[in-house]
Amino acid sequence: MSPDKKLKGSEALVAALEHEGCEVMFGFPGGVAIPFYDALYDAKRLRHVLVRHEQGAAHAADGYARATGKVGVCVSTSGPGATNLVTGIATAYLDSSPLVAITWQVRSDLIGTDAFQEADITGITLPIVKHSYLVKKTAELPQVVHEAFHIASTGRPGPVVIDIPVDVALGELAYRDADTLDLPGYRPTFRGHVKQIRAAAKAINEAQRPVLYLGGGAISSGAAAEILRLAELRRVPVATTLMGIGAFPETHELAMGMLGMHGTVTANYAVHECDLLINLGARFDDRVTGKLKAFAPHAKVIHADVDPAEIGKNVPAVIPIVGDVKHVAAGLVKELEALEWPAERTAEWLARIAARKEEYPLDYEDPKDGKLAPQLVIQEIDRVTGHDAVICTDVGQHQMWATQYYTYTSPRQFISSGGLGTMGFGLPASIGAQIGRPEKTVVDISGDGGFQMTVQELATAVSCGLPIVVCILNNGYLGMVRQWQDLFWNQRYSCTCIEAQPDFKRLAEAYGALGLTVNEKDEIEPALREALACEGPAVIDFRTSAESNVFPMVPAGQEITEMIGGQAKGKGRRSS
Amino acid sequence: MKHTLSVLVENKPGVLTRVAGLFARRGFNIDSLAVGQSEDPALSRMTITIDGAEQPIDQVTKQLHKLINVVKIRDLEPKGMVAGELLFVKVSAEGEKRTEVLQIAEIFRAKIVDVDRRVVTLRVVGTTDKLEALLELLKPLGVLEVVRTGTIAIGRGRGG
Repeated sequence: MSPDKKLKGSEALVAALEHEGCEVMFGFPGGVAIPFYDALYDAKRLRHVLVRHEQGAAHAADGYARATGKVGVCVSTSGPGATNLVTGIATAYLDSSPLVAITWQVRSDLIGTDAFQEADITGITLPIVKHSYLVKKTAELPQVVHEAFHIASTGRPGPVVIDIPVDVALGELAYRDADTLDLPGYRPTFRGHVKQIRAAAKAINEAQRPVLYLGGGAISSGAAAEILRLAELRRVPVATTLMGIGAFPETHELAMGMLGMHGTVTANYAVHECDLLINLGARFDDRVTGKLKAFAPHAKVIHADVDPAEIGKNVPAVIPIVGDVKHVAAGLVKELEALEWPAERTAEWLARIAARKEEYPLDYEDPKDGKLAPQLVIQEIDRVTGHDAVICTDVGQHQMWATQYYTYTSPRQFISSGGLGTMGFGLPASIGAQIGRPEKTVVDISGDGGFQMTVQELATAVSCGLPIVVCILNNGYLGMVRQWQDLFWNQRYSCTCIEAQPDFKRLAEAYGALGLTVNEKDEIEPALREALACEGPAVIDFRTSAESNVFPMVPAGQEITEMIGGQAKGKGRRSS
Repeated sequence: MKHTLSVLVENKPGVLTRVAGLFARRGFNIDSLAVGQSEDPALSRMTITIDGAEQPIDQVTKQLHKLINVVKIRDLEPKGMVAGELLFVKVSAEGEKRTEVLQIAEIFRAKIVDVDRRVVTLRVVGTTDKLEALLELLKPLGVLEVVRTGTIAIGRGRGG
């Protein structure tokens, strides 16, 4: 863009977004958004995807961000358009996803008058954003956009809201690309302190029972290569959180899978017994720790995080390191390479873990009602897509089975709402993921409950011709709540049975997608292959058993040793 | 233990809301919060007093630091700071009580800023303890209204 070109605010916003490298945005127009959409009409590089509900726009932008590592952008009109983004913004906030949400606002002189479609969106979103702007002058727009992208994508990533009154879009400015930052209060620390890294390396070198505990920070900092080197260098077994899935290949002999409430027996007992817990980019969330007092009782804790506020928040760290995982892991590797280390130091520990993996694999019984085992469906998806698909999920039992029975081999391969636990996330997130990574197979694993929360986005997927495969594990229940009712509430299934269910096959067809129904085991693979071969979106309705529960399970707030299920191989597994 | 935080923030709309909102969301209780422009018109300085026994001060400062508009935070040492608060108090001062009010005012170096036949308004500056002591003495005479700024504080010496 030539310097100081006269532009309208709306045109300047398009130019500023393109300057930030934004290729696609997800949105829905409305009254005060019209000037911007008018400018978009002439945009050459910036693509706009019209969703069917603003929540879908926020999740799609989030899915795009998680799949690509770039900033996801969504846009809405004022009032209800903006409030419909709120769930998506909160989802991105809890999972530290880089999102820029642009909301249009009523005219500046009408703000505060309860004007038509007015909502104080910067106020409403205050507790769920990394930062927000209410733009007052047209001339500020390029700078605000530049800062917003910087804030969203650096340090601990997160959502930034830009609220723009419509008169700001109509005003004029002498446009110039913004390339400098004036953020005196924002200087994230990327490089961990050398002394701390040295101390951590020494502790790792001396540990007899070390465990690596990887969180979302390992993915967002792009640390997979450094982590692989680190784990292999000192043969440290690896557990990941939900957000850390893919940071370490699950096909690797040192991989123990996920830890926490529905983690593997191996991972949870390794954390329970370890003498050194190396937390890289995770936050000791309650779904991971269970009862805090009993968590990792024998361990010395190393905690590396780019956000200093996470260190010491829930679990005190003996060696705290403020820095991003990529830099810290690289620093640890460098230090460790210079140290002597006898391989026998951890030999007994590795043997114990290998034996436990052998004895306590993830396992399930075939349902007695003759319906499909949901776990089998995931295993088949894993097999047919060769551990290589981008998997998006909703929230609930299917989400946990998707963590357990799909084999993740690379970062940004598992996209799921972890912190907020947002049902309805999967389908729109898979739209964003597929647009961001058109070369990949994208599978949305969903439940019959969550799928219906944002089902309208099937129309978006159809209109964009996206070859997403939606796999509904349809058990007729809100399964995870039913599981808690089953285990802890005397099988009183209050409001968890979905009595009136649409025919998902015909629903898919009504939207113009391929619809399939699968009742039998031997139909799973052909259906998956047909859906994967389809050029547009496909929906497969897998009729799964309502009896199946997610095991192992550590009940909320309890100790790891209170685990339900996960019995040794051959002893069978409790089922409802 | 009471902590006095001196927080330098960008002088922009909404910053006070962000700070107050953060305290509310994280469940931190503020004893007092005072804010005004600093030596640099682009920056405001907040003085926040908070009970460290009720919430981990470390979390409070770290969370505050995450606000983009927060530039600098100092946890002022009690011995290394000068702190004070401004208070207006309206006391009923009819007849014999008036002399007593005036005597107390003198002891506390309070200034009489308004007076009529029934009421005297005092302005006094001092530490929270001093203001509390004054109010305690005035209470039996009839305290009608109290307005206070909350503590403001500054570090001693060049270090600021």
